[in-house]
Amino acid sequence: MALKKYFPVFVLPTLVAFIIAFAVPFVLGIYLSFTEFITVADAQWVGIENYIKAFSNDDFINALWFTVRFTVVSVITVNLIAFILASILTKGLKGTNIFRTVFFMPNLIGGIVLGYIWQLIINGVLQTMGVTITYDPKYGFWGLVILMNWQLIGYMMVIYIAGIQNIPSDLIDASKVDGANRWQTLRNVTVPLIMPSITICLFLTLTNSFKLFDQNLALTAGAPSKQTAMLALDIYNTFYSRIGWEGVGQAKAVIFFVIVAVISFVQLALTRKREVEQ
Amino acid sequence: MNSSSKAFSKAVLYAVLAVASAVFLAPILIVVINSFKGKLYISDEPFSLPDGETFAGLENYTSGIEKTEFISAFGWSLFITVFSVLAIVIFTSMTAWYIVRVKNFFTKALYFIFIFSMIVPFQMVMFTMTKTAAELSLDTPWGIILIYLGFGAGLAVFMFCGFLKSVPLEIEEAAMIDGCNPLQTFFMVVFPILRPTAITVAILNAMWIWNDYLLPYLLIGSEYKTIPIAVQYLRGGYGSVDMGALMAMLVLSIVPIIIFYLFCQKYIIKGIVAGAVKG
Repeated sequence: MALKKYFPVFVLPTLVAFIIAFAVPFVLGIYLSFTEFITVADAQWVGIENYIKAFSNDDFINALWFTVRFTVVSVITVNLIAFILASILTKGLKGTNIFRTVFFMPNLIGGIVLGYIWQLIINGVLQTMGVTITYDPKYGFWGLVILMNWQLIGYMMVIYIAGIQNIPSDLIDASKVDGANRWQTLRNVTVPLIMPSITICLFLTLTNSFKLFDQNLALTAGAPSKQTAMLALDIYNTFYSRIGWEGVGQAKAVIFFVIVAVISFVQLALTRKREVEQ
Repeated sequence: MNSSSKAFSKAVLYAVLAVASAVFLAPILIVVINSFKGKLYISDEPFSLPDGETFAGLENYTSGIEKTEFISAFGWSLFITVFSVLAIVIFTSMTAWYIVRVKNFFTKALYFIFIFSMIVPFQMVMFTMTKTAAELSLDTPWGIILIYLGFGAGLAVFMFCGFLKSVPLEIEEAAMIDGCNPLQTFFMVVFPILRPTAITVAILNAMWIWNDYLLPYLLIGSEYKTIPIAVQYLRGGYGSVDMGALMAMLVLSIVPIIIFYLFCQKYIIKGIVAGAVKG
């Protein structure tokens, strides 16, 4: 086919951009995680020393646990509320579209702006107790959870709505005829049939929560004393506010990448197994 | 179920929806209200309406626009988003067509690497990408478009490939027989068929690039500020934060998004669902 000769036109622009923006930085990043460097050109091989430093760094371990706890709580709350709203909005009530519009809107607002909106509100509430959000890490934690819910519920709700609308109505009717109550219908008919939506929603909330940066930076910036810094922010701080620790920052980034990759594969493999053919 | 209990359960559902709507809208409303209050009153009483003493008119807006150079930030955000999205949609759809139609080891490997890039978090390449781009003098608003093309390629190629696999070959072959070269075939025959996916790809990438903070901050932030950078600069750059200007800038950042959303809602929601199914 003549197309093959057109490689420079069809593939090269994307490929060059991809190599510059991703491929070279990725390979270079893995190499640099085994070196000590400040400007890349002065990299000195140090073996796994950076990884040892990363794992014995209290800030990193704290960020790791904070991120894990935050992700678990957010994934559960976001998906539960999104699913409940989706099932209400698929009952054919009047005004469904307006409610959908409202619930989805926060999702389009950027993380930095979201962070400052909620900082104002949470500080306003906490003020009645005479404190601010940076007073105690638990305020920052729950603040981030609330923010994440506000941002992601609408998005996940839209995906669940599409999933629920795809269920053939005769299946629901059949289960009613068979005498199933609402809970049994939900568990044995609805949930198995929307498993593809559940898979993708869990995947999106999981990775979005785990990789959170902008919202974290704007809401608390890690305060008090780095205790509410999540992994992405801790990596950023290691790179840009601690001279001589660039190699450790890169090692932390590699660890971060490996965790995200493992979570993605495990989660997709687990829920894909539960999907049923329609 | 009898009709009165049906009416009751309907009322309960509406009550739930009404409360949820209030919770979803209140934060934006509170920010709007505070943007009209004097800067010293905002932190003290964020939930009260402005009165004769605390009302500041448009003062926060004028001082905020001046301090953050908001007009230029808006311009850069628009410039970068529009051209990056255009570049992503055009170039990655071409690449995807090539990958799907020219089947060999190289295109298969390419496809796999593009998919792989989707799961790599930004922090992994944050430092090295910034250095590489600066080394190649790509730390400009034009250069960042190339970087966005590279970063957006994974998801976009994946989505276009997914759609192209279901497009029958016959139409393209007919065009080729009629004497079209591959470029003409692609833009006159294939690309129009790709339209729904192109809209999805455009919307997902526009939402990401318009709101992106860290990448433009690291690459061009010291010279060119996009809207998220301008907002963060207002917060971080001054000793004591001007809450009034911050509130006004939050409102100004949200307004264009809401207008865009209300006009393109149908496409956005469809795009999200289509994107999710492919993912």
